[in-house]
Amino acid sequence: MNSSESKTLSFWEDDGRFSGIFSWIFTTDHKRIGLLYLYSVLSLFAVGVVIGLLMRLELIAPGSTIVGAQTYNAFFTVHGVVMIFLFVIPSIPASLGNLFLPMQLGAEDVAFPRINLLSWWLYIIGLILILISLFTGQGAPDTGWTFYVPFSEYTTTNVNVAVIGVFILGFSSILTGLNFITTIHRMRIPGMKWTKIPLFGWALYATGWIQVLATPILGITVLLIFIERTMGVGLFDPAKGGDPVLYQHLFWIYSHPAVYIMVVPAMGVVTEIIPVFARKHIFGYKAIALSSLGIAFAGSLVWAHHMFTSGMSDTAVMIFSFLTFIVAIPSAVKVFNWVATLYKGSIVLEPPLLYALAFIFLFSIGGLTGLVVGAAGTDIHVHDTYFVVGHFHYTIFGGTVFGMFGGLHYWFPKIYGKMYNKRVATTAWGILFIGFNVLYFPMLVLGIMGMPRRYFDYLPEYQLGHVVSTVGSWIVAVGLILMFYNLYRGIKNGEPAGKNPWNAATLEWTTLSPPPKLNFIEEPELTRGPYEYKGIEDDAQYQ
Amino acid sequence: MTHNINKDYIGAKIGMWLFLFTEILLFGGLFVLYSVYLHRYPDEFHLAGQELNVYFGTANTLVLLTSSFSMALSITALQKENKKLCMVLLIITMVLACVFLVNKYFEWGAKIHHGIYPDSPTLLERPKGEIIFFGLYYIMTGLHGLHVLIGALIIFVVLVLVAKNRVTSSDFVAVENTGLYWHLVDMIWIYLFPLFYLVV
Ligand code: HEM
Ligand SMILES: [Cu+2]
Repeated sequence: MNSSESKTLSFWEDDGRFSGIFSWIFTTDHKRIGLLYLYSVLSLFAVGVVIGLLMRLELIAPGSTIVGAQTYNAFFTVHGVVMIFLFVIPSIPASLGNLFLPMQLGAEDVAFPRINLLSWWLYIIGLILILISLFTGQGAPDTGWTFYVPFSEYTTTNVNVAVIGVFILGFSSILTGLNFITTIHRMRIPGMKWTKIPLFGWALYATGWIQVLATPILGITVLLIFIERTMGVGLFDPAKGGDPVLYQHLFWIYSHPAVYIMVVPAMGVVTEIIPVFARKHIFGYKAIALSSLGIAFAGSLVWAHHMFTSGMSDTAVMIFSFLTFIVAIPSAVKVFNWVATLYKGSIVLEPPLLYALAFIFLFSIGGLTGLVVGAAGTDIHVHDTYFVVGHFHYTIFGGTVFGMFGGLHYWFPKIYGKMYNKRVATTAWGILFIGFNVLYFPMLVLGIMGMPRRYFDYLPEYQLGHVVSTVGSWIVAVGLILMFYNLYRGIKNGEPAGKNPWNAATLEWTTLSPPPKLNFIEEPELTRGPYEYKGIEDDAQYQ
Repeated sequence: MTHNINKDYIGAKIGMWLFLFTEILLFGGLFVLYSVYLHRYPDEFHLAGQELNVYFGTANTLVLLTSSFSMALSITALQKENKKLCMVLLIITMVLACVFLVNKYFEWGAKIHHGIYPDSPTLLERPKGEIIFFGLYYIMTGLHGLHVLIGALIIFVVLVLVAKNRVTSSDFVAVENTGLYWHLVDMIWIYLFPLFYLVV
């Protein structure tokens, strides 16, 4: 094969040093690693959804329906662990971020390609440990994904293996963040000033800092759980002088910022999608870039709003309640900027934009209900009820996951060089959106009525809400199946998509779809800002 | 596109510094616990702290400081193209790391011999603050000891790399980053030492 041919070979075909499966699991190409992550996290998403559906089925009627109490406890624990640590935290940064951050910067790869591969391996090792913890020992962990002491110190289920798995996953997440920060500092194409970085890059930059600065605290916290369980030191055990509330502090110092590891990248995706489909320059570039950092910073100061009912001093409760409200400001800045970008734009309602709009709507509900749980007074009423379950599903599922699906539909033609069926994609989106609200809105109501979370049984007056919610979960399942089936069909026999089907302005759309191994055939040039659409030629290859 | 992305000196440094932040924060969680419990049990911490052997602690502090020095010198030696001296200094650093661990082994051994270890019947009879003090002592010095061990292994790896000329006077960032890591391990001990042996 001559050299010009090998240059245009896509990263799917250009195997590098190894062949077959080894050309994937030993690859240092950021696009292949991004895909490894994409397929891994989507598989774990499927696992989590199935457990979610089973939980909803159990809750269709009071009393034991399909499983008993102990199994239900294992269900919500495994559902939480899988969804949080194995799916959402790595989801967008490690998959779409890995795929597109270097290309958006005009680079060949990330700063540390081998560390990038290492973090995927660590992810797989953590995954395997968590799977082992489900099927060995004295049963799957039943503590909830938060591993709250004292129960997590004394339960005989397989917590030890699970927390070591979580520790390793944390390591993986840190390495991804470290890699992205360095990449953004060092790998930008000449001429790309900080104010010319696509806003997805800015979002990943802020996320990277949270990953690096918050995850070690989770590391030490789960390590301490392990040490307590194996050696009984007693740091969180009142009988030995310890204090369980300190555990909660340490846990949430990570886990609240982790919420922003989950959602800031999705905001970045939405910020890429909206201007493209409104054909307008993004409104308030700098405000959006800085608000990512603002969320990262303010979000690190509010952890104790999870502990209003744990017996903190009144002063602490007031301070944390106040700080929590402050995080709403940078989040609202983003929402207003998106809306202002849409205002008087020439909007093309393609599937990625539909997901982005759903993100804004659902995330707004998540945010507003967040203010209810963030205010100490109202939180006392709804704490540990289904209101909280509704709130965080609106934020994480309605926000992050819809953002990720939007990103999938947006970048799909770039990854596969093909297009999915847009009509089916729109239908699937509609089903998902309706199903989502049928599934989670009743939870908000149930919570206000007093239905506690993490219970497998309930009083008869809550049944109506639960039945509606369970039916909603089936609608969501239909929507998900249709969406993924449509994407799968697109990969198999979609129309060729061309270089730039959406006429976007960021650098990844200037190269072939799918891109060649080193991303660009010739060194790219920065001729326009990331959101300047004037003069972008219609991609002739694509009808 | 010809530049070799693996040879970005500043990039490698940024990456290492970010990693060191995470190490500091890992210990930071424990320092937070220490300060809360010190605040809660000042008297018991004072009494229990006096039981630790200051001589062991001081000796180990000197050992680590010296090793930090030899590590720094090894980098300079490599930069001045004195490969042999660099290797000797790396070996000295590694030996000092082992001395630290052996010292620690005897120190812990003596305590354990007296029945003072986590969850031991002797320890559980003591006041709560002392149980916590010794718990933190074992966890924090244990985690630090683990870092010394890992550091020694990393130094061994760069030693091999230097011997094989994979790390040279023109491409020495691996030794430099190892040095940074080693200084961090040293620095954390500089905090642990007074907290456990002197202040209380
Ligand atoms: C069809 C999809 C889903 C269904 C049917 C579902 C359903 C449920 C149910 C019934 C609970 C238990 C509430 C309780 O008893 O307290 C729950 C908890 C939870 N869900 Fe989901 N969920 C779904 C998707 C997701 C997604 C996408 C995420 C995150 C990305 C997520 C994260 C969580 C977490 C963190 C918990 C808390 C677990 C705990 O209390 O320990 N869920 N979900
Ligand atoms: Cu929070």
